[in-house]
Amino acid sequence: MTTDFDRLTNRLAVDFDGAFPDLVTTLQDGVFSGVLQFTRNRQDAEDVTQETFVRVFRALKTYDEDRIRALQIRPWVWTIALNLCRNRARTVKRHPETALVDDRLARTTESAEEVAANADLSVWRQRLAGLTGPQRTAVVLHHVVGLPYAEISGSTGRSESTVRSDARRGLARLRTMLEEETR
Amino acid sequence: MTENTTIETRLAALARSAPDGIFDIVMRKTELADEYTVVDGPTGPAYVAWNGRGITAFVPTEAVGSHDEFESRHPRQASFVDAPPDRLARHLDRTIETGRLGSLPIDLSSIGEFQRKVLEKCSEIPPGEIRPYGWIAREIGNPGAVRAVGTALGRNPVPVLIPCHRVVRTDGRIGNYAYGTPMKRSLLEHEGLDPEAIEAQARRGIRVVGSDTTGIYCYPTCRHAKRITDTHRIEFHSEAAAMEEGYRACKVCRPAA
Repeated sequence: MTTDFDRLTNRLAVDFDGAFPDLVTTLQDGVFSGVLQFTRNRQDAEDVTQETFVRVFRALKTYDEDRIRALQIRPWVWTIALNLCRNRARTVKRHPETALVDDRLARTTESAEEVAANADLSVWRQRLAGLTGPQRTAVVLHHVVGLPYAEISGSTGRSESTVRSDARRGLARLRTMLEEETR
Repeated sequence: MTENTTIETRLAALARSAPDGIFDIVMRKTELADEYTVVDGPTGPAYVAWNGRGITAFVPTEAVGSHDEFESRHPRQASFVDAPPDRLARHLDRTIETGRLGSLPIDLSSIGEFQRKVLEKCSEIPPGEIRPYGWIAREIGNPGAVRAVGTALGRNPVPVLIPCHRVVRTDGRIGNYAYGTPMKRSLLEHEGLDPEAIEAQARRGIRVVGSDTTGIYCYPTCRHAKRITDTHRIEFHSEAAAMEEGYRACKVCRPAA
């Protein structure tokens, strides 16, 4: 995995415009999957995902070759994505009149499977909302997106061992919630 | 531990693929992809593509075919929209109407320095006038690069807007065009030139014309050459012949001196 990302940053360093589309295709599924859990709905998640890559583009554009080569690209992209999710959440809190569109209602042309999958998504979003911020970040980035703890540490600035215990506590909390739900 | 595995699996199942549209929008917002539409050009409809830096392509639709073909030929990703943004539309209409580039922005960022110089020089040729390939070569300081000028113009991404149809062979014949000689001729006709007369003059070996009252020689289509009355109009087979007669080169159309 690391070598793939190293190759990507090397290509970005020498041919930025040519390699940037590959950065988007490599990282967009992961970013979208995570952002879905940190925003209210699919539309917000799409907006934040787009905006993340536009910001990444603008920032990298100002970096010189050596700085791009030295980047841990995935954690760095996640730092930007997490910031945008936080900003979005703050705006929503300030403007509560913006209706919360539930995924179950948002789109009507879905197969039964999609409906079930999206319903599952919003149920989990509610459960995850019951965790502390750092716990939710660690659980989503590690268990949904598949980021190693070291990379989560890189994107949040918390130490690796702290991130590890955030994820463990978050998972324990979720387990308790599930038990309470079935009782 | 089994419950732990279950919860982890369930979390992993929350991963989703990013919707298709995200890539396109990011490419467009970062100006790595272009938008395009169809506009009326001087010789019929044309595809025109652009990004934030300016126009990236202008091609007669008949030379390309369907939208799919245009998209696959275009060097970057391109998506169809109804109309160019206002900031471009006004300048674009004006350029098509007047035959002058004016302040229409053209994105030449992915073009090499030599070709850019050739295209920029070409855009100085006013509508209704023509210059030989050698003129551009000389003007950009590479008098020997006549053939390379031809190649550079043949790869003009924005023909019509950058008027490579106004560049002709050194012997005065109209010569080749990326979209065929008939289109080159009809573009020149559209600007008030007579392709038959140009070819006839070339066949007679006329390169420049002078006025015996001013003692100045010009390319035949120079706006100053057009003012010379028939009685004072002297034809020359070469710039050297004109100079031998004591004529000097026009400072507007700048034939070889």
